Amino acid sequence: MVNIQLSGAEMVLKAFEDHGVDTIFGYPGGAVLPIYDELAKRATSKDNKPMRHFLVRHEQGASHAAEGYARSSGKVGVLLVTSGPGVTNAVTGLTDALMDSIPLVCISGQVPSHLIGTDAFQECDTVGITRPCTKHNWLVKDINDLSRILHEAFYVASNGRPGPVLVDIPKDIQFQTGTYIGPETVKHKSYRPKLKASIDTIDEALQLISVAEKPVFYTGGGVINSGNAAVQLLREFVRLTGFPITSTLQGLGAFPGDDNQFIGMLGMHGTYEANMTMNQCDLMINIGARFDDRITGKVDEFSPNSKKIHIDIDPSSINKTVNVDVPIIGDVAHVLEDAIKLWKTKVYKTNKAEIKNWWSTIDEWRKKDSLKFDQGKKTIKPQYAIQRLYELTKDQDTFVTTEVGQHQMWAAQHYKFSKPNRWITSGGLGTMGFGFPAALGVQVAYPEKLVIDIAGEASILMCIQEMSTAIQHKLPVKIFIINNQYMGMVRQWQELLHDKRYSHSYTDSLPDFVKLAEAYGAKGIRVEDPKDLDKSIKEMIDYDGPVIFDCVVDQNENVFPMIPSGKSHSEMLLGDETEKSEISDEGKVLV
Amino acid sequence: MDDNVKKNTVSVLVDNEPGVLARVIGLISGRGYNIDSLTVAEVDAEKHISRITIVTPGSEETVNKLISQLEKLVPVSRAANVTFEKKGIEREMALVKILATGEKRVESMRLSEVFRAKIIDTTHDSFVFELNGSPHKIDAFINLMKPLGLSEVSRTGVVAIARGTEKM
Repeated sequence: MVNIQLSGAEMVLKAFEDHGVDTIFGYPGGAVLPIYDELAKRATSKDNKPMRHFLVRHEQGASHAAEGYARSSGKVGVLLVTSGPGVTNAVTGLTDALMDSIPLVCISGQVPSHLIGTDAFQECDTVGITRPCTKHNWLVKDINDLSRILHEAFYVASNGRPGPVLVDIPKDIQFQTGTYIGPETVKHKSYRPKLKASIDTIDEALQLISVAEKPVFYTGGGVINSGNAAVQLLREFVRLTGFPITSTLQGLGAFPGDDNQFIGMLGMHGTYEANMTMNQCDLMINIGARFDDRITGKVDEFSPNSKKIHIDIDPSSINKTVNVDVPIIGDVAHVLEDAIKLWKTKVYKTNKAEIKNWWSTIDEWRKKDSLKFDQGKKTIKPQYAIQRLYELTKDQDTFVTTEVGQHQMWAAQHYKFSKPNRWITSGGLGTMGFGFPAALGVQVAYPEKLVIDIAGEASILMCIQEMSTAIQHKLPVKIFIINNQYMGMVRQWQELLHDKRYSHSYTDSLPDFVKLAEAYGAKGIRVEDPKDLDKSIKEMIDYDGPVIFDCVVDQNENVFPMIPSGKSHSEMLLGDETEKSEISDEGKVLV
Repeated sequence: MDDNVKKNTVSVLVDNEPGVLARVIGLISGRGYNIDSLTVAEVDAEKHISRITIVTPGSEETVNKLISQLEKLVPVSRAANVTFEKKGIEREMALVKILATGEKRVESMRLSEVFRAKIIDTTHDSFVFELNGSPHKIDAFINLMKPLGLSEVSRTGVVAIARGTEKM
């Protein structure tokens, strides 16, 4: 590699090119003008590969769109924002990506070096503000450090437990000329995540698996982050053992949702059979999940009688909230590859007779049919709307994003995913406003596929401005609003925990979503009658362009099953009228 | 305080790059830990590696969690608990100013000899002692000086290293 002389702005685009980036999401401003200028030059020059830039309407949209792009494609998502408000607007998306381990590279402009620290126009302490919400960040102080930092940024974002990184580049550095070194000559000084686990520990886990009588696989987003190989290996291993498998919200799609071995999502709104299986099991095999509080319920009573195996690439996840017996630190694909090899060479067998008994217990739990609901004739039940959406879209390769709240949980329960990276949702941070811009990012990665944002009428208003982006860039995303006029999950908690005092959770003065769609140049559809639902969903799918689908649903429906705050897996509410939940004061404090 | 809550000395080896100290202390406060003392200096000028020594209260289990969180930071290459009970050697330096005349002045000087403190500055009415040792020894010296005209104290915070052949 010949070292070449480039300006800082040119280096940014050269580094993008060297890392295979052809798509960026962004919004210009004073402190990033030199980089935007390079984008303009590149668009008219024949020597360089084109760089697609998607202009958003708010930087939060850029960060979620980059997340949607990354979450669906497995590539690094890239965003470009200006200093001050540009980057502070992106903070929500960076935090969201950190919580869900999504690789992003955010390039932010900064005021020129000599003005840093003087409270200059649109100045903020970007690396200070983003330090706790990125995996790592850099402020570039010397043009000759820039190319190294850019290469390190891509390396850190995508290696080990993935995450967002930020490179803050003062405007004077963008204009200066310096030496560009290629990515192949740059090696990070100290960051070397461990991918392979020790064979002895894996063997210890396999021995437990071979004698287990009531085992369960509990899998998470780590499987999907590890890539397609990990997904295939997981499927092979689960079929090899014949064990039941449950998944976290982030892990949906790693194992086919309609497979008989899959017992549904677990946790606060998981199925009865998944939570009972976790509660009663004697061996838990956690693959790429992190014992989140939405999963464990009351930690002291979480799966009290089980041995626990935990496979995770991040050593700090081990024993963080739940102590485990066999910690395996490594990348899911690497560990499972070794595990399957060893299982076969050592000719391990499972305890078939006991596993058969275990399945009959689970099948009894399944008979509860915990996701059942009563559709009736008058109003559309939200669950029904999602079920119909699933039935009418399952035969094509559909991508679903969500906002956050009741609609998100119903989507997770009733939409079955057979492939990874098709389900894109904000799990850790729980960001309302995530789904629509994320869907735009997905559509950019897969222009020919059907992309649906399952939304609530409250969440969608948080990033509705991106409808303009969808129109400008011809991104035919479908927004499927489950409209109950309430911040449904807030209302549900107020009903259960605060004696039905619905403090500020009802949205008065909602826009007419059909007119709103039309105002942007999109199509609007409104449905209230259950018998019109199928026809209208088909109309939405067939329309070549963005659609806002306003599905007016029953306002009083709650998400069940539900593990109330501070309770254990065995204390689920199933939504029967007779049930009375008493939530302790201790429980009320929890979120 | 819980019975198993003790003072722990944690050594952290980091790449000496801008903001690395802010990262380490931001993580500690962000995850709800406390810092009793903190020292930091570059220890390898060629490789630009710094060593940060943190004294933090907590049970062994919580400190182990802190260590794995620290090791997750990109510029941190290693973190370890080097508490005294874990075969660590801990040392601290203090500068102690005494304002005293007459009998108290003589007594403070006599005690400083017992503690092998050095007098590094003096006037007719004051001494500045320099004292090295374990944090306990320094605490003891300061307590003894209180009735003898203790005026002010400056302490470096703890530095620590493992005994024997063990290396971080």
